[in-house]
Amino acid sequence: MLKRRHNDGKVVTITVDGETVEARAGESVAAAVLAHTEGATRTTPVSGAPRAPYCMMGVCFECLMEIDGQPNRQGCMVRVTDGMSVRRQQGARDMETSS
Amino acid sequence: MPATTAPGNFDVAVIGGGMIGPAVSLGLLERGLKVCILDEGDDVLRVARGNFGLVWFQGKGFGMPRYVEWSRMSATLYPAFAAELKSYTGVDVGHAQPGGLELLLGEEELAHRRHFIGQIYQQGGGKEYEVEFLDRKQVEDMLPGVGLGDDVVGASYSPVDGHVNPLFLLRAMHTRFQQAGGTYLPHHRVSAVKKNGAAYDLITEAGTVSAPKVVIAAGHGLKQLGPPLGLDIPIRPQRGHILVTERTKPILPMPMSAFRQTVEGSIMLGVSAEEAGYNDQVDTGTVAKIAERAARTIPALRELNVVRTWAALRVLTPDKCPVYAESKSHPGVYAIASHSGVTLAAVNAKVASGWIAGDPAPEQFEAFGVERFDAQKTA
Repeated sequence: MLKRRHNDGKVVTITVDGETVEARAGESVAAAVLAHTEGATRTTPVSGAPRAPYCMMGVCFECLMEIDGQPNRQGCMVRVTDGMSVRRQQGARDMETSS
Repeated sequence: MPATTAPGNFDVAVIGGGMIGPAVSLGLLERGLKVCILDEGDDVLRVARGNFGLVWFQGKGFGMPRYVEWSRMSATLYPAFAAELKSYTGVDVGHAQPGGLELLLGEEELAHRRHFIGQIYQQGGGKEYEVEFLDRKQVEDMLPGVGLGDDVVGASYSPVDGHVNPLFLLRAMHTRFQQAGGTYLPHHRVSAVKKNGAAYDLITEAGTVSAPKVVIAAGHGLKQLGPPLGLDIPIRPQRGHILVTERTKPILPMPMSAFRQTVEGSIMLGVSAEEAGYNDQVDTGTVAKIAERAARTIPALRELNVVRTWAALRVLTPDKCPVYAESKSHPGVYAIASHSGVTLAAVNAKVASGWIAGDPAPEQFEAFGVERFDAQKTA
């Protein structure tokens, strides 16, 4: 399990797959999820292989998660905000075609 | 790294390792000929890396019924060609022939398309032409759950249309070529082709390669290589853009000319046409136009992230139809030029190769010759 080196930031509350999780203001969604849990944060669209945040700098796209209803966002490029809803990305996203 | 200079005794030297050269070469190898492909490095235009991946029939061959038949023949040969590549190389080129649509926005586009398709039909002398028009309701029934934009009034449809993964196709053809005994010579940019007795010498920085027959399948390189060999063919570059979205669950059951969903789930959006010389840089204004039209056609596409864009340069003839020509001044030197290297890969491998190997030319093959451009010059 990864631990925060600095734990003095303001606490914000997010949900990860419905579970309430404390995060720190200023950190990325990927960092907050890694500090909360081990294991995969998404599965790939082609083979379904489990993946987790890797580069933490916007390059590898391994940290894709659904953030506030928007699928396939890069968790490492989005800062947590109070009340944010995060879901692991399961395979390929849907295309909302109801419009 | 310059390859070692090739051993001689080639029956055919093919200039160009794009979509056309390897396809034709596969057929030459099948006929027992000794073949080499002379290719350049990765620092050249490489238009065969920029394809959209349609195996397309409808709308091809305006003004040249022979090209309509040729495209149909390639589409018909494709399933076996793809299966053969897979069985030999293990590479699944992702070919499918579910039929294809060209979605039309507004009555004016529909009328224009009807006229255009009608002319191709008439030029064919009333022969069967597998393209029909669908109204909006029929298109909706064909695309359950897709959600068409309000402007979509209908589509032209052909059951002959399909698609393929063009990069896997290129890889599979190259793999099979070497597996079947072909000699691939990268970094062999041909600067000149010279007659030497009964053969031709192909001069490259990495050495000279000789063969009695030469096929120029060099894309835009034909512009420089052709004229001294009696093959002054008026090709020009025409730029096209492609956008690729993030992967989604399967939603598009068939290619739609400007859109197709890959096996892996990406949606590819195209296809523009600009006269930009040899500039293959991406133009953001064009990208925006493609995205806007895509969103008008299928509004849900607006939600998707675009993950890649690129531009590539079609090898275009004045009538947009392919060239298959043997030089009159230099017998045994052939030129093939087309912007439909993906669609025609199967027929190039299975039929055009025979013409080069010395079989009688396919019926009415002279339609693809260069004389048609002379007529245009004097007209």
